[in-house]
Amino acid sequence: MTGYMYPNEIELQWGLLIVLYPYITGLVAGAFILASLERVFNVREVQPTYRLALLTALAFLLVAPLPLLAHLGHPERSFEIFLTPNVRSAMAMFGFVYAWYLMVVLLLEIWFDYRHDLITWTAGESGFMRFVHRVMTLGATDVSPRALRFDNAAGRIITIIGIPSAFLLHGYVGFIFGSVKANPWWSSVLIPVVFLFSAIVSGIAAVLLIYVISGVIRRKPVDELCMGKLASFLFYALTVDFSLEMLDFIHRLYTAEESIKILSALVTSRLFISLVVLQLLLGTVIPLITLALTSPAFERRAIVKVPAAMRRRIFVVAAMLVEVGIFCTRWNIVIGGQLFSKSLRGLTVYKLQMYGLEGLWVSIGLVLLPLAILLVLIRLLPPWTDAGPPAHRAPGTGAVVTF
Amino acid sequence: MDDEGLDRREFLQRCGAAAAIAWVVRVATTEAEQRGDYKAADHLYGMAIDPAKCIGCARCMEACRAENDVEAGAVRTWVERYVLTTDGQTIVQAIDEKHQTKAPVDEHKILRTFFVPKLCNHCANAPCVQVCPVGATFTTPDGVVLVDKDYCIGCRYCIQACPYGARYLDTRTRTADKCTFCYHRITRGLVPACVEVCPSGARIFGELKDRNSPLARYMRFSKLQVLKPHLNTEPHVYYANLDGEVR
Repeated sequence: MTGYMYPNEIELQWGLLIVLYPYITGLVAGAFILASLERVFNVREVQPTYRLALLTALAFLLVAPLPLLAHLGHPERSFEIFLTPNVRSAMAMFGFVYAWYLMVVLLLEIWFDYRHDLITWTAGESGFMRFVHRVMTLGATDVSPRALRFDNAAGRIITIIGIPSAFLLHGYVGFIFGSVKANPWWSSVLIPVVFLFSAIVSGIAAVLLIYVISGVIRRKPVDELCMGKLASFLFYALTVDFSLEMLDFIHRLYTAEESIKILSALVTSRLFISLVVLQLLLGTVIPLITLALTSPAFERRAIVKVPAAMRRRIFVVAAMLVEVGIFCTRWNIVIGGQLFSKSLRGLTVYKLQMYGLEGLWVSIGLVLLPLAILLVLIRLLPPWTDAGPPAHRAPGTGAVVTF
Repeated sequence: MDDEGLDRREFLQRCGAAAAIAWVVRVATTEAEQRGDYKAADHLYGMAIDPAKCIGCARCMEACRAENDVEAGAVRTWVERYVLTTDGQTIVQAIDEKHQTKAPVDEHKILRTFFVPKLCNHCANAPCVQVCPVGATFTTPDGVVLVDKDYCIGCRYCIQACPYGARYLDTRTRTADKCTFCYHRITRGLVPACVEVCPSGARIFGELKDRNSPLARYMRFSKLQVLKPHLNTEPHVYYANLDGEVR
């Protein structure tokens, strides 16, 4: 501790678990927005990742409330948020935003998209899988052209509702921080927007990574066109995200309000590694330059032409760096916002625990859990468009797509 | 024993029982009476602090801890020592309850020094009340911000939202905690423990609505300021002749 902290501020109240919460929710929103792009704007190239992105969003969404629950002093009272919410509280809306997104958007969209396949699969299956797929159809086994047209139309409408919902989900998480006027590091009208774009960035990078890794595991070639498009999207989103963060940064520097001295001290001392080195340099600038040069973001064939295998590896490394960078963004906001005193006179330190509910191991577990859930989901609902069980219809077209 | 009278043991037992019943009845009626008499909406409490009178003895902190069973490592009220040096620095320390706080600089370099007692500001427009997702933190009709420990879910959003660092998590109950203005005392017509013990009268507690209360009189004759007025929290704790260095 340096300088002066109010006595009750010395221990941090929100630790690693609360860093995970916006990180995981961001992946959900980002993955979903990627899927929606394909569906609403008919971006054919990223079609192989459409279902994968939806399942990724679902897997992470199922885990999103867990870090919050684990962090509560009284998790057994958490249902009070639903029963007697304080309508003036930003946090009280969490349950409703979450339930809306899970029930109305994600589950419905996945169901409409998979319904036809579920029925087709049950015909050629037996035993447990047949039972599970049958239950999943919810008894709706009509496969007439009219019913399929309805599936398609419903899916499209839900996606259109889903895009603002995904914006709401993560913009709202940003608002929880941005509306704390007591904290000059958080209090900014830009925070929800920055959260949103960093969410899109992290979601695209995550889907790109999961897509490549699944290709390796399944020993199937990845679609180069799809990779190129994902990398271009990643570049565009990263550019917007970077610009917004720079805007916030320049605005703070230029207006130089009361808090500027302590925030400068914060950035140059406590957050130097996680903000300047990891978030800005490794997580943003390097991927930006690499993607600008090697992805088809500007030209159809990229500025620097590299062999496909090499290009794939570059994209994967860039996506991994981006994930590290976005994780650090969350860290710098959540932890960084508590490292300085609201007296604006001192800095404290965060001591990360290893064990216990708020410890490192639980957090690692919570990051791995969605991946385990995703494996199960992929098993139940194969998202593959290449040689998966029946050939998949390109959403919105009704045509059979083969690769 | 025969029927003529009580033996000594029986007599003492009956006396004891009668005394116990009398005590229970007395306590119960006193409480009931007070509850009946007390109408929260008729009151609005506040506190004025005169930093010029504070001598930094930390008795308020000790009294608060004893009165409210505040756990070690947390404070409901504290005293800050400001040391302004001849080379233009401002050094702030929290006074230690065990009186072990040492001056941060050589005394020859001290230009001016003063103490500022701090506590929950019981804001009329309290950010902690606004952000509590379940409404466990609330404002009473008499203007005091309280936490319902049986309702708080321990999310700590209120602690983040308080601009004054007045809140902490009680690790025994795993709920948010803070100064209550000694609500259990003030609703019985007493003053908060910190006010009671302050030897120099640096804390003035009372009714904001009542023109004749010691607080209202003090406020009429003092130049007052609140902490962080730009945040529009409308505190009910007022500081007289506050130095610009205090945040």
